[in-house]
Amino acid sequence: MANKNNEALKQPMWANNPVLVQILGICSALAVTAQLKPAIVMGLSVTIIVAMANVIISLLRNTIPNRIRIIIQLVVVAALVTIVSEILKAFAYDVSVQLSVYVGLIITNCILMGRLEAFAMQNGPWASFLDGIGNGLGYAAILIVVAFVRELFGSGTLFGFQVVPQCFYEAGYLNNGLMIMPPMALVLVGCVIWFHRAKNKDLQEN
Amino acid sequence: MEHFFSLFVRSIFVDNMVFAFFLGMCSFLAVSKNVKTALGLGAAVIFVQFITLPVNYLLQTKVLDPMGLGFLSFILFIAVIAGIVQLVEMIVEKFSPSLYNSLGIFLPLIAVNCAIMGGSLFMQQRIGMDPDNTQAITCFGDSIAFALGSGIGWALAIVCLAAIREKMEYCDIPKPLKGVGITFITVGLMAMAFMCFSGLSI
Repeated sequence: MANKNNEALKQPMWANNPVLVQILGICSALAVTAQLKPAIVMGLSVTIIVAMANVIISLLRNTIPNRIRIIIQLVVVAALVTIVSEILKAFAYDVSVQLSVYVGLIITNCILMGRLEAFAMQNGPWASFLDGIGNGLGYAAILIVVAFVRELFGSGTLFGFQVVPQCFYEAGYLNNGLMIMPPMALVLVGCVIWFHRAKNKDLQEN
Repeated sequence: MEHFFSLFVRSIFVDNMVFAFFLGMCSFLAVSKNVKTALGLGAAVIFVQFITLPVNYLLQTKVLDPMGLGFLSFILFIAVIAGIVQLVEMIVEKFSPSLYNSLGIFLPLIAVNCAIMGGSLFMQQRIGMDPDNTQAITCFGDSIAFALGSGIGWALAIVCLAAIREKMEYCDIPKPLKGVGITFITVGLMAMAFMCFSGLSI
């Protein structure tokens, strides 16, 4: 049992990563990664919401009628997202402005529905909690990698602090404006997937 | 009248749901393997968007705002969307079983398609905008124009990608990049092409 819980936590971090392997939750992963700070806030919010939603649905799993389960799951998730969104507005207003509609879009983040359907409906609360944390962190990890590259090359900063020294600019170095544009996020995630599949040969398609 | 038209064109090309906001990516990547299915899903999304967005607009302006219940909007919007998707599912199952089978799990998943929810949330954001702004949604007609435009934009994107992927079947792609990897990079290149429209002044 302990072994299984361990798997639930570790599997989604690398071998079964929600973004790279299951291709879930792409929308927000791409949109909030122009800078590191919103990416981390987004990653944390999703981790908390997935874990909580997994626990709640797992506790309710024997009482939910099968036919209306999707609507129940959506309502639970929407309630949690509303709470997180209000908290963000109260304590981290500038980040919540940067994230704009993407906080609300956590409701329709496929990771949530995917995990609720695939894991929480069949497993106990503790295992579901670990699975939620694992998937949330796996998702956050990709966000951070992509945001790191985009912010470093796109604006020469990390967390808003200047990293590329001034003498580089004087020597003719320029920020790559394309990095902050939406298309580069897609290309970068494509490259991360390429790297990931080159390491995990069994995932390659024929 | 002019405002309707510019909002409509703008939401197809400039503010394209997929290429500018990355909305609806999950089903966009998964169902774009052939043009016919892509067309079916595109039509379903246009239809659902066309109904849910104006309904949510009316709810927001006539119910939530006057009562000061703005924080309930997430729950209410998603309930409206889930209900309407259920309806569409029943209609498609009855009248076009072949389309129903080829869409499979992705028909119910329109409920969690971010393009639909995102459309409603953008509409909510744009209600208070300056009416001279081409993005502003100030009346019921605007919300219909935006719904149609964003739905058509999404459908256009998925049909284009499906067509490219059909051709790409025969290409010699490095093994680890096959499938999802190359699709991401293709979408990135398509998004760059769509960026040309952002200079368009309407």
